[in-house]
Amino acid sequence: MNIVVCVKYVPDAQGDRHFEADNTTDRESVDGLLSELDEYAVEEALKLVESGDGEVTVLTMGPEDAAAALKKALQMGADKAVLVTDEAIAGSDSVATSLVLAEAVKKIGGVDLVLTGLASTDGSMSVVPAMLAERLGLPQVTFASELTVEGGSVRIRRDSETDSQTVEASLPAVVSVTDQINEPRYPSFKGIMAAKKKPVETWSLADLGVDASQVGLDAAWSKVEAVQARPPRTAGEIVTDEGEGGRRLAEFLASRTFV
Amino acid sequence: MAEVLVLVDHVDGDVRKSTAELLTAAARLGEPSAVFVGAGADAAKETLARHGAAKVYRLESADLTDHLVAPVAEALAQLVERTSPVAVLLPSTNEGKEIGGRLAIKTSSGLVTDAVDVRPGAAGGVQTTQSVFAGSYTVTASVTKGSPIVTLKPNSVPVEEAAGAAAEEVVDVQVSDGAKAARIVERKEKTASGRPSLTEAAIVVSGGRGTGGDFGPVEAFADALGAAVGASRAAVDAGWYPHSSQVGQTGVQVSPQLYVAAGISGAIQHRAGMQTSKTIVAVNKDPEAPIFELVDFGVVGDLFTVLPQATDEVNARKG
Ligand SMILES: Cc1cc2nc3c(=O)[nH]c(=O)nc-3n(C[C@H](O)[C@H](O)[C@H](O)COP(=O)(O)OP(=O)(O)OC[C@H]3O[C@@H](n4cnc5c(N)ncnc54)[C@H](O)[C@@H]3O)c2cc1C
Ligand SMILES: Nc1ncnc2c1ncn2[C@@H]1O[C@H](COP(=O)(O)O)[C@@H](O)[C@H]1O
Repeated sequence: MNIVVCVKYVPDAQGDRHFEADNTTDRESVDGLLSELDEYAVEEALKLVESGDGEVTVLTMGPEDAAAALKKALQMGADKAVLVTDEAIAGSDSVATSLVLAEAVKKIGGVDLVLTGLASTDGSMSVVPAMLAERLGLPQVTFASELTVEGGSVRIRRDSETDSQTVEASLPAVVSVTDQINEPRYPSFKGIMAAKKKPVETWSLADLGVDASQVGLDAAWSKVEAVQARPPRTAGEIVTDEGEGGRRLAEFLASRTFV
Repeated sequence: MAEVLVLVDHVDGDVRKSTAELLTAAARLGEPSAVFVGAGADAAKETLARHGAAKVYRLESADLTDHLVAPVAEALAQLVERTSPVAVLLPSTNEGKEIGGRLAIKTSSGLVTDAVDVRPGAAGGVQTTQSVFAGSYTVTASVTKGSPIVTLKPNSVPVEEAAGAAAEEVVDVQVSDGAKAARIVERKEKTASGRPSLTEAAIVVSGGRGTGGDFGPVEAFADALGAAVGASRAAVDAGWYPHSSQVGQTGVQVSPQLYVAAGISGAIQHRAGMQTSKTIVAVNKDPEAPIFELVDFGVVGDLFTVLPQATDEVNARKG
């Protein structure tokens, strides 16, 4: 089974994330890493291939530094990697991202399963997987908390606030996985050494036949007009419980008419 | 006046509160038209009319409900084509966002997800407000391309009642085979907890690792306040509370009037799910816990003494 895992290189959520002057996410001053939620997709791909056969290709679209996300996935055990990078890509929205990723999946070719994370930890829209399915004309099987692949079809469990669904489709398909599905492995020493020899291809938009006018900040179908740091919350009142803490709490709630 | 399509979120015709919020927001942009998919439209009609729906499109084909996301996106695209709405508003659920994403591509329209506000744009289209990076930034965006598609977070827009005609039209939808590729083969409704739903509740009381697995005081306090109960991931991972109650980046995102965090440290991933709450209260033994940076009122103390005392006091005040 040939699996492509889409992974994103994101600013570390523990860092002090901010915006650039042009209102795009600052990807320079905060350390980047493989989006934690995409590790679950990499892990699931590795498990599927280990229990059968095939190959795992990790794919990212981003700045050159995004190679670091691919490296981590290769260290975990993926077989090869593709980085789509191009100056024109900067500032792309999910519409453009899904276009580029879809074209890259087609160019990789012969793909049985496209795996993605639940959401990118920076944009966290959770829409790229659905958009990818739309663009590739493949079944969309998203938010999987359990996944089985058997006899050319895929079956998942998808939970919502109101119900739990079992969804089935035939391969090839686009599947996104949640952080409930597995426990991602840490790269082993062997994995780290092996990753150095694994092939990483770098593609430009031209390699994919995508016109630069279709991506990037200027092509975005929605425009960010302003970003504003939220004013720091005015320091609240903090009391130490010396026997009256609960009553003080109830008084506060009553003063705000919650009681 | 131009139409605004609003996708109704419902369980068998029982309309969720977020739909009333969408209809209220839609009325600022144009004339709200409710799009009702599945069975139960008769039961829903009164609620939709009361919140200003001028029209109700009824889409009843089983093709729409037996398959994941794609058929509804296709049906909405057909409606967009026909009605050229000024905007399409969807609930910010996983499904709402996915439908929005596919619809954006099908109709070449701009998309904004997880908006907390929406209004007419200065240069046409719509303008939205979002809260990003775990609530540390507010982003204003405008969408002018196509029929702007916006998913709105629950509890963002105060509901206003307004009489609408709710004129019904049964829409005959054509679902392609391609859109029927992902079949829902089984569906288990979650058993109701008897408490308000987490995303709709005006008050949420959440417990974390600090409960040590005993959610009793958290639940009792929640019940005194008529609140929903949430949990941190640490509590969920320990098996103390179901995953559907997890608040945070990879759980549910809530935005209630009041959020109470008990025995929760306030990790960035937890904040991502509650930081837009209007009033925040915490009870934690550790005065250094990061959650105290967010609170309007905090008690440094043991939740096993503070919460029961607060519960008694609340119950006493209610009389
Ligand atoms: C990819 C990813 C996604 C994540 N998504 C989420 C998410 O969606 N939601 C989420 O919540 N977390 C999420 N997390 C986990 C998050 O990083 C934290 O680990 C988690 O929120 C911690 O839960 P906690 O605050 O209950 O536990 P802890 O951090 O252990 O805090 C427990 C707190 O309880 C206090 N305490 C202990 N005993 C008492 C007592 N008797 N009375 C009062 N206070 C007491 C302690 O002082 C402490 O502050 C995610 C992590 C990752 C890596
Ligand atoms: N630039 C990107 N490169 C590769 N994969 C991506 C990219 N952006 C999003 N994805 C994938 O799509 C998923 C959902 O992203 P999002 O819709 O941005 O929340 C992520 O978990 C990734 O698997």
